[in-house]
Amino acid sequence: MAFEGLADRLQGTIKKITGKGKVTEQDVKEMTREVRLALLEADVNFKVVKDLIKRIKERAIGQEVLQGLNPGQQVIKVVKEELTELMGGEQSKIAVANKPPTVIMMVGLQGAGKTTTTGKLANHLRKKYNRNPMLVAADVYRPAAINQLETLGKQLDMPVYSKGTEANPVDIAKEAIDQAKEDHKDYVIIDTAGRLHVDEGLMDELQQIKDTVQPDEIFLVVDSMTGQDAVNVAESFDEQLDISGVVLTKLDGDTRGGAALSIKAVTGKPIKFAGMGEKLDQLEAFHPDRMASRILGMGDVLSLIEKAETDVDEKKAKEMEQKMKDASFTFEDFLEQMGQVRSMGPLDELVNMMPGANKMKGMKNMQLDEKQIDQVEAIIQSMTKKERVEPDIINASRKKRIASGSGTSVAQVNRLLKQFNEMKKMMKQMMGGKKGKKKGGLNFPFM
Amino acid sequence: MGFFKKLKDKINNQTDQVTDKFKDGMEKTRDSFTSKVNDLVARYRSVDEEFFEELEEILISADVGVETVMTLIEELEMEVKRRNIKDTSQVKEVISEKLVEIYYDGDDESIEEINLNENGLSVILTVGVNGVGKTTTIGKLAHRLKSEGKNVVLAAGDTFRAGAIDQLEVWGERAGVGVIKHSEGSDPAAVIYDGIQAAKSRGADVLICDTAGRLQNKVNLMNELAKVKKVISREVEGAPHETLLVLDATTGQNAISQVKTFKEVTDVSGIVLTKLDGTARGGIVLAIKNELDIPVKFVGLGEQMEDLQPFDAHQFVYGLFGDLMQEESNES
Ligand SMILES: Nc1nc2c(ncn2[C@@H]2O[C@H](COP(=O)(O)OP(=O)(O)OP(=O)(O)O)[C@@H](O)[C@H]2O)c(=O)[nH]1
Ligand SMILES: Nc1nc2c(ncn2[C@@H]2O[C@H](COP(=O)(O)OP(=O)(O)OP(=O)(O)O)[C@@H](O)[C@H]2O)c(=O)[nH]1
Ligand SMILES: [Mg+2]
Ligand SMILES: [Mg+2]
Repeated sequence: MAFEGLADRLQGTIKKITGKGKVTEQDVKEMTREVRLALLEADVNFKVVKDLIKRIKERAIGQEVLQGLNPGQQVIKVVKEELTELMGGEQSKIAVANKPPTVIMMVGLQGAGKTTTTGKLANHLRKKYNRNPMLVAADVYRPAAINQLETLGKQLDMPVYSKGTEANPVDIAKEAIDQAKEDHKDYVIIDTAGRLHVDEGLMDELQQIKDTVQPDEIFLVVDSMTGQDAVNVAESFDEQLDISGVVLTKLDGDTRGGAALSIKAVTGKPIKFAGMGEKLDQLEAFHPDRMASRILGMGDVLSLIEKAETDVDEKKAKEMEQKMKDASFTFEDFLEQMGQVRSMGPLDELVNMMPGANKMKGMKNMQLDEKQIDQVEAIIQSMTKKERVEPDIINASRKKRIASGSGTSVAQVNRLLKQFNEMKKMMKQMMGGKKGKKKGGLNFPFM
Repeated sequence: MGFFKKLKDKINNQTDQVTDKFKDGMEKTRDSFTSKVNDLVARYRSVDEEFFEELEEILISADVGVETVMTLIEELEMEVKRRNIKDTSQVKEVISEKLVEIYYDGDDESIEEINLNENGLSVILTVGVNGVGKTTTIGKLAHRLKSEGKNVVLAAGDTFRAGAIDQLEVWGERAGVGVIKHSEGSDPAAVIYDGIQAAKSRGADVLICDTAGRLQNKVNLMNELAKVKKVISREVEGAPHETLLVLDATTGQNAISQVKTFKEVTDVSGIVLTKLDGTARGGIVLAIKNELDIPVKFVGLGEQMEDLQPFDAHQFVYGLFGDLMQEESNES
């Protein structure tokens, strides 16, 4: 099963409507169908998807096609805006109690990453805010849970309060706070045992801990690979404990992470942090906008855009765009673009970030040949300024000169010239010039 | 004979205890699923497009997976036409029939049995992403095999996660089986190698190897796993006899990617579906069997030693539709 992002999914529909001035109801219907599938495949809860689709439909029908955007891009834009809005802004602040210590309680299903995140948060508090946390081992059920937290404490060189497995978790939490006061600790992070949200006895225990220690934060830790059930879990924990925020773990994996959207939709509570690995420094602030793109399978498109934006100044980009549009794009420009692209990182990484790239034959695992790109660069560099701007003047003798100057062959020079011409045509079409039939994908001369 | 009746007869032939355990364990799952299907059937008198749309949602909410659901719905629509079914209550039967059919797809039920070498040492390798329940499953499985009279040894191949070795040792004590370990941070392949030598010299029947949880997109960690597997195949002929991928039932579509990659690297022979005692329905195993042809061998139904049951697709469906079956036999 190909795991397609929204951009890939929409390509078929987009082809059909490119060139139309208005998005019709039928277009929207077709596209929202794809949007729905993309969201479901990303594990967004089906009820949340339903609501979203309704709003997207309402917004998209009858809209004028925006300048510079094809209808597909326009739908993506609407979808992304809706998703980003739903996800809310970035909120990675942690409460500070008026009277220390500030108490944080970690809760969640079995194996979600509570204990690890307890260590990570403590590390974060010390590193970023220069705090002095104490960890509390209140999981008396899981084999070696206390041991696990103590090991993390040792790695961090931080105190861990524990009373063995015979003690009651409520007592442990209470006494830990007394201890923290005595030791002048400003944060107490309580690691609790994993439990099912439907386990009344154990949920009751959390309620008791909460009543006893009055935590300033209750973080629900959720595995980002969670499927449709995420809504039930989040809703239950929130109803019973009124959580203050969510930590989404294991985002270093390749899951789309639609659970994030579901959780936000049913609880309205902010997702504050993202777990990005097993190590104790692998905790990041959660970026809702990036998550929205990731769910749509466009996370990488966005970071590509971001990368490009920081590297290319806007005016230049505008100029370039105009040049692509009226086909006055020259080898000179091309050289400059290549330089910019290469400064953004390894090429194969960049190509894999592009939507549709994984669909192109052999593209997914392709090692882009940097050598070939060097050759292309060498060929262009061997051209005179005039040749770069007016490639039409390159005749047989010029070709020979360029080939020997760049250490390539006339055939290679010919190929580049031909491909460059095709590319220019393609660009013009893509940039919203006249519509024309498009064959194959975009062929950069070095692919 | 109706499908439910067949299913029921089949289940009745098994020990009641096993079935009850499975049933109880899946209570949450069944309740929500059954009530949804019942509700659906009650609300729609006739089988129409809307009915199928809603059925699609029910299946999707069980994490069955978009593609499998689409196929299933298509087949159902055809079947309904073919049999000229107009009444929604009759569709219930067709739904469960199709679910079981999708799962087996021509295979017989022996695919669910655990594969062990009857004379000589058997090696079971346990793999999976972080926190799914590998170590716990090993504890439960050791208990199970031991109570069948087997001599079991465990190897603490997770040398990475804090407390992982201690955790396996606790399980070893509970199950009353030996644990071979090195210190934290040592080479997992070396621990497994020692585990094999110890199992051989003790004349053990089964060696179960724990490994650290790893996300399938971590290439170096997957390579490490390939190395562990190589050591096992080199040291014991025909081993590993089972490579069990542990999947968390709450996992959504990413489970497919997990199975694909772990299969590539370690040639997974079976799946253990854990945490089925929650409200997640683990429907993704239908897609996994259907698309990647890997059967489920066990299900985890809790955190205790006894909470591991052999998987049986009929029971799985019975768990989902148990109440419906009750109704039908009352009617008849
Ligand atoms: N790759 C990755 N692994 C993680 C992350 N967070 C936690 N883990 C791993 O997930 C597994 C479970 O983590 P724990 O911290 O033990 O989870 P828990 O919620 O405390 O588990 P219980 O106490 O059994 O309920 C361990 O293998 C962790 O190393 C993360 O952000 N990325
Ligand atoms: N409710 C329930 N909990 C389970 C089940 N199986 C495992 N668990 C719990 O899930 C959590 C993680 O289990 P582990 O066995 O440590 O998982 P693991 O895959 O070995 O984790 P790592 O080694 O950290 O990757 C523990 O709290 C277990 O008690 C199950 O079938 N049902
Ligand atoms: Mg824990
Ligand atoms: Mg483990």
